[in-house]
Amino acid sequence: MSTEQERGTTERIVGMGAGAKELATEDMVLNIGPQHPSTHGVLRLRLTLDGERISSAEPIVGYMHRGAEKLFEVRDYRQIIVLANRHDWLSAFANELGVVIAVERLLGMEVPVRAVWARTLLAELNRVLNHLMFLGSYPLELGAMTPIFYSFSERERLQAVMEEISGGRMHYMFNRVGGLKEELPLGWLDRASQAVAGVRARLPQIEDLMFGNDIFLARTRGVGVLDHETIMQYGVSGPIARASGVDMDLRRDEPYLAYGELPVKVVTRTAGDCLARFEVLMGQVKVSLDLADACIERLRGLPQGPINQRLPKVLKVPEGHTYAWTENPLGINGYYLVSRGEKTPWRLKLRSASYNNIQVLREILPGHLVADMIAILGSMFFVVGDIDK
Amino acid sequence: MAEVLDAAVRLLVIVLVFLVLPLVVGQTEHKVMAHMQSRLGPMYAGGFHGWAQLIADGVKFAQKEDVIPAAADRRVFALAPGVALVPYLVVMAVIPIGPGLIGADLDAGLFFVLAVMGIGVLGSIMAGWSSGNKYSALGGMRSAAQLMSYELPLVLAASSVAMAAGTLSLPGIVEAWQWWWLPWQAVGAVVFFVAGLAELRRPPFDMPVAESELIMGPMTEYTGMRFALFLLAEYVGIVVLSALTTVLFLGGWQGPWLPGPVWTLIKVLALAFVVIWLRVSYPRLREDQLQKLAWIGLVPLALAQLALTGVVKVLMA
Repeated sequence: MSTEQERGTTERIVGMGAGAKELATEDMVLNIGPQHPSTHGVLRLRLTLDGERISSAEPIVGYMHRGAEKLFEVRDYRQIIVLANRHDWLSAFANELGVVIAVERLLGMEVPVRAVWARTLLAELNRVLNHLMFLGSYPLELGAMTPIFYSFSERERLQAVMEEISGGRMHYMFNRVGGLKEELPLGWLDRASQAVAGVRARLPQIEDLMFGNDIFLARTRGVGVLDHETIMQYGVSGPIARASGVDMDLRRDEPYLAYGELPVKVVTRTAGDCLARFEVLMGQVKVSLDLADACIERLRGLPQGPINQRLPKVLKVPEGHTYAWTENPLGINGYYLVSRGEKTPWRLKLRSASYNNIQVLREILPGHLVADMIAILGSMFFVVGDIDK
Repeated sequence: MAEVLDAAVRLLVIVLVFLVLPLVVGQTEHKVMAHMQSRLGPMYAGGFHGWAQLIADGVKFAQKEDVIPAAADRRVFALAPGVALVPYLVVMAVIPIGPGLIGADLDAGLFFVLAVMGIGVLGSIMAGWSSGNKYSALGGMRSAAQLMSYELPLVLAASSVAMAAGTLSLPGIVEAWQWWWLPWQAVGAVVFFVAGLAELRRPPFDMPVAESELIMGPMTEYTGMRFALFLLAEYVGIVVLSALTTVLFLGGWQGPWLPGPVWTLIKVLALAFVVIWLRVSYPRLREDQLQKLAWIGLVPLALAQLALTGVVKVLMA
């Protein structure tokens, strides 16, 4: 149904306040957002409500559109990394990765082994940071205020390590075409390993607080079930797809970086409800912590050597095109790079995870209550910047 | 003359308690919650561990502009915070703190208390309706739905105690109370407390307020003093609920060694602590889940308690 039609048939004001003449029983149109705490920013959902039951839902995106793809075309490849790490601000490192991998592929550039392993390590730490955020914010949306403080103190542990290496707490900007910005500081691997152990030790607290909680289970089990078919049609990816039994993870299925040499365990569930999505997230944190440990061990054993490549002053990418996709924390993130041999890309298309993931809301929200809407919205694990780009 | 003086002193004490205890509970909530969540909570206002934080908040609220939305039903909107707050003040007048220490000793005190407490919810419904805001309207609807579900178990649980004591007078109930009532009325106590939490719209039953869904529900459009009154009503509500549970189920001022009022205070604060604790550890129920809990959980339990009370009474007689 088009927006215009809907407006014509259903947007009537329910009698309320001073204008109330009689009790109306029509549907009510409720705009969730663009300013609403549970939309993590400026997503807008146009709901048609019958009482508290949602009869139709339409996600309206674009309030935060920053024209990233257009900006890519007027920046050189070094500058693009700065822009590219911003659309999903919780997975900055993973966003940088796709760009440099695409550029390196077109250049035919070999990345030093140390850089490959360090990138893998940082990508996994970034994944843990991202997931911890949602492991805290999701219960908060359901009204449990404590887990977010637990998860943020663990985030802090990891961010200290990331900050030490890159100077940034969100936008690390540590990738360079051909490797990483700098050599890892002395003793950093030990500190990273301690941080990983610390997070792993505290994780059961968050787990017990939520999975042992009857109300949490009642609010999430069987709510917002997403089936395999819908996922395939909408191109949903990442933890949300895996919670519905879509056994796909680029780290295992199309390995990039050093994932080919790592035992990547793919966490899946079959229920496809909010609880399953939360469980997948929790499982992925554990897997990522293990992968991070494996990377640290490997880095310790690697001989000294360069961590990046010397680049020419003007970096021109030869004519051609390539598509580099990575398993970002929130799903598949892809860059389609078309170069015409200039120092800027002719086109750099960004396929972001949240943009596709959020579209299914239209399918799964109708029939649920407003309270469930919050539970479902939170369990879609999206970042508004990643939707609007 | 002496009578007037007596009444004046009693009223003064009630108003003082009314003003001080909610602040104490509020401050305790700040600090307890903070420490449960590995934070510090307020640390600066007033110097020592932020003891004056709520006073500072009050001053801030008083200074704020009182905004009434254009679409609001002005009179109902303005009246709602008062309707939410005053019933609790009235209830406080009939809750005994120690032997003879009571604002007004009513023969049907329990009946009075339950009747008046129900009015408080009207404030929330009025606010939700009159704000002219869809979120508030949803919140008001949820308040009304909640009222339906918890009121019955609340009354049933309370009547069990009244049956046990053979009186509706609150001091009378405390005087009749004996230690073995604790196990005897345990189920009733839990039902009463849980239903009371739902009346106060405290987590896990805060879906009318639900700041992450309805953005404070009925209170969305309120600012300044009127908003502060709603908040005050919530904390007075905690005090009243804790005090009532104490009086009905925990033996009020009864206890060894310490003087009666101290015992009352200890029990009230302990219960208030439980209220805070629940807020820290539980997410919010859904409205229909509360209905389910009330109708197939609390009501049968309360009826079973009533039956148990009756059987024991008959056997003892």
